[in-house]
Amino acid sequence: MLIRRPDDVASSEITPHSVWLDRRRFLESMAAGATSILLPGSAAGAQAQRDEPTPWEDVTTYNNFYEFGTAKDDPAKNARNFRTHPWSVAVEGHVRKPAVYPLEDFLKPHVLEDRVYRLRCVEAWSMVIPWRGFELRKLIDRVQPTASAKYVEFVTLFDPAQMPYQRRPILDWPYVEGLRLDEAMHPLTLLATGLYGKDLPNQNGAPLRLVVPWKYGFKSIKSIVKIRFVEQQPKTAWMLANPGEYGFFSNVNPDVDHPRWSQARERRIGEFRRRETLMFNGYADQVASLYRGMDLRKYF
Amino acid sequence: MARGEAGAAPGTGAGTPPGPALGAPPETVPGAPPGRGTLTERVTTRRKPAARSAGRDAAIIRRGLKPIVWAGALTPLAILAIRALRDDLTANPIELITNWTGYTTLVLLMVTLTITPLRRVTRWNPLVRLRRPIGLFAFFYASLHFLTYIVLDQFFWWEGIVDDVMERPYITVGFTAFLLLIPLAITSTRGWIRRLGKRWQKIHRLVYATAALGVLHFFWKVKADTRQPLLFAAILTLLLLARLVPALLAAARRPPAS
Repeated sequence: MLIRRPDDVASSEITPHSVWLDRRRFLESMAAGATSILLPGSAAGAQAQRDEPTPWEDVTTYNNFYEFGTAKDDPAKNARNFRTHPWSVAVEGHVRKPAVYPLEDFLKPHVLEDRVYRLRCVEAWSMVIPWRGFELRKLIDRVQPTASAKYVEFVTLFDPAQMPYQRRPILDWPYVEGLRLDEAMHPLTLLATGLYGKDLPNQNGAPLRLVVPWKYGFKSIKSIVKIRFVEQQPKTAWMLANPGEYGFFSNVNPDVDHPRWSQARERRIGEFRRRETLMFNGYADQVASLYRGMDLRKYF
Repeated sequence: MARGEAGAAPGTGAGTPPGPALGAPPETVPGAPPGRGTLTERVTTRRKPAARSAGRDAAIIRRGLKPIVWAGALTPLAILAIRALRDDLTANPIELITNWTGYTTLVLLMVTLTITPLRRVTRWNPLVRLRRPIGLFAFFYASLHFLTYIVLDQFFWWEGIVDDVMERPYITVGFTAFLLLIPLAITSTRGWIRRLGKRWQKIHRLVYATAALGVLHFFWKVKADTRQPLLFAAILTLLLLARLVPALLAAARRPPAS
């Protein structure tokens, strides 16, 4: 498998459309005021498509973390006293080295690096977040999956005493997510422990979360306690909640709408006008090959 | 007789000029000819309320309850404005404004549907005069909600808006609910009540459809946590039962036609 060096691709600062965008920006400046109302289609996607990191304040107060509440500002409030020490992570399933690690031991072998990624929520908003973490594949190399391992399943902590919304039947707790092994091995896939150079705030999935930048945000599971290598495709929390709306792959795709709303455009937090959503959230050059030959409408 | 034709002609009866209101079910007209009105009328006029001073009722409504309605209905807008001034509209202000105005619309629709049962329970008919302002406030917030979507959210991206309305069921029903409110708002004036006569009541029963579609709109919009939409659905069910049950009881009491 061809794996590009992450340095080529990791930062969303790299804008492959820069020339095109300059032209669009020029057009936008021409189409001012009323013209843009009459012909909005021509201007709507023309907002300067630079990827400035979303302010810390927004990243840490506007969260989907249903264990701590379903409103966007709930997690910041309700996760305040969430205990992330001590923490342990179990690696199970088809691996040569299954183990339960104290978090410190789990992280010790890995050098943390900072990566700026776009994050696109299935609800059609997006952010740009400077994560700190390490590539999941480095963990996978370490624990050595066997030939039977086809998928990786991740499980969030189940602790209704600390996570108040786990007492309500909103999702089938605990939260479960999964990746195909090749997706998990992709160099863009991170296990993150921080953002903006600091430890993850609780509401952002402390102490350990997944970041898969070309998939909708809910794939990037938070507060992980278990990583299982399995043969069958995991049954993820959102697939169980609504199989018609949330598929296993959930790749960002402007051409495949959510049954209830369009995925063609998104609101970048901090911006007024919607911008056009990019295929695989702008990481198509790096990840499209994973899905070659697949019908992305069927495998949404 | 001409006055009797107009189900809600103002100034009839014992000092209770029926307050025509947006989203109002048929209202009692004390002093209206018996035996030819709707079921609701029959129920509510079964026992005439004790005569009260018309002047006192009017004063309670005008100086007491109407200011409360205005203050209550404008409070969500005031809070929104204050939060906007304090730059406290969350990381996604457009989403917040959309949800805020939509939620307020539903609350006000429920409140306006509460007037008739409340009037029946209290047997104090002047309450009906609160229906129009509350209903119009509901329309006001629905308009803000709609405009937020068109202007702030989509920014006049008509192609996307048409797609949404045609293809996204939750937007289709929300849009329909808004459209249905428009004739109710327009015909909420005394002039229209007079002109439409009995038809006014029928037209204004559209408010039931609007409220149901509004709740469905909310229910279909949320991703997983359906507690709030279900709460609205329960309240709406109760409010509709509060109309249906008395009507059915009255129908059962009516001697069979020979």
